Amino acid sequence: MTVGVETRVFDLLLVEDNPGDIRLIEEALKEGNIPHRLHKVRDGAEATEFLFRTGQHADAPRPDLVLLDLNLPKKDGREVLAEIKADRRLKLIPVVVLTTSEAQSDILKAYDLNANCYITKPVDLDEMIKVVLALEGFWLGIVKLPRLE
Amino acid sequence: MVNIKRLNVDYDYDNPIYRSRDTDSGDVEVTKPFDILLVEDNPGDVRLVQEAFNETGLPHNLHVVINGVQAMDFLHREGRRYSEAPRPDLILLDLNMKEKDGREVLAEIKADRHLRSIPVVILTGSLHDRDVFKAYDLQANSYVVKPIDVDSFINTIKAIESYWFYTAKNFLH
Repeated sequence: MTVGVETRVFDLLLVEDNPGDIRLIEEALKEGNIPHRLHKVRDGAEATEFLFRTGQHADAPRPDLVLLDLNLPKKDGREVLAEIKADRRLKLIPVVVLTTSEAQSDILKAYDLNANCYITKPVDLDEMIKVVLALEGFWLGIVKLPRLE
Repeated sequence: MVNIKRLNVDYDYDNPIYRSRDTDSGDVEVTKPFDILLVEDNPGDVRLVQEAFNETGLPHNLHVVINGVQAMDFLHREGRRYSEAPRPDLILLDLNMKEKDGREVLAEIKADRHLRSIPVVILTGSLHDRDVFKAYDLQANSYVVKPIDVDSFINTIKAIESYWFYTAKNFLH
């Protein structure tokens, strides 16, 4: 048992517009068996609403971890990332970029914007599941996350 | 946990072509050692980290510095000692050290345009929320509490390695 890991329910925010990927990620996270609530938003504008608790998401919980696709409708993931990291409270929440691109320029841009981590979505289904499980195991099992109100 | 692929037996250490590539089989083939900078003043912990990395078979160079001043000298390639220092692919950073602690090192790295894209994993004995908050506020990539138990410690280092070198993508330079 790793010291410092709490046994509580984690709130995860998934910012992803592809329904197939949403489904895959959701199922893979369930397989990982770490208690969590998965909140899903489908575009960058809704992501902002959720994180800043406005509009339909006025009562949204603070996520413990954000999984962020870069290419999103309405507002690009890079903009969402920049907004998160510019906010003095939200910037503490780890953001894992989970996106199709493996271009060095995108990777650099994300780390420059202070993304905590960058993961390229595998094309292969089984690999994608492994990646999500690895992500869950690391961020919810090994890492100590900040607890925000 | 992601399976770590063993070293490719044809690997030529003298003529590495590229750091890693995804093969058709879906495995990741590592063809150039990863450089890891460990900033840690406890010799016992240093040994455990070394052991963990040696056990997995990942081609790597583990560079060890024992305080924040050495860490920054390493990263800036200062002086004769560090003039040839490679840019690390990953930094494992303790928090409480003499002569410039980890928080200061973290702040300096993340304020530096050329260094900030290097993932920094805080590796500390501290469980305190204020240390966790401070680290994430300073944009640490992740915060890991050192397990007290030796086997758990080694497994944690392996998990860090597995995640940051196999699951995640780092910016190559």
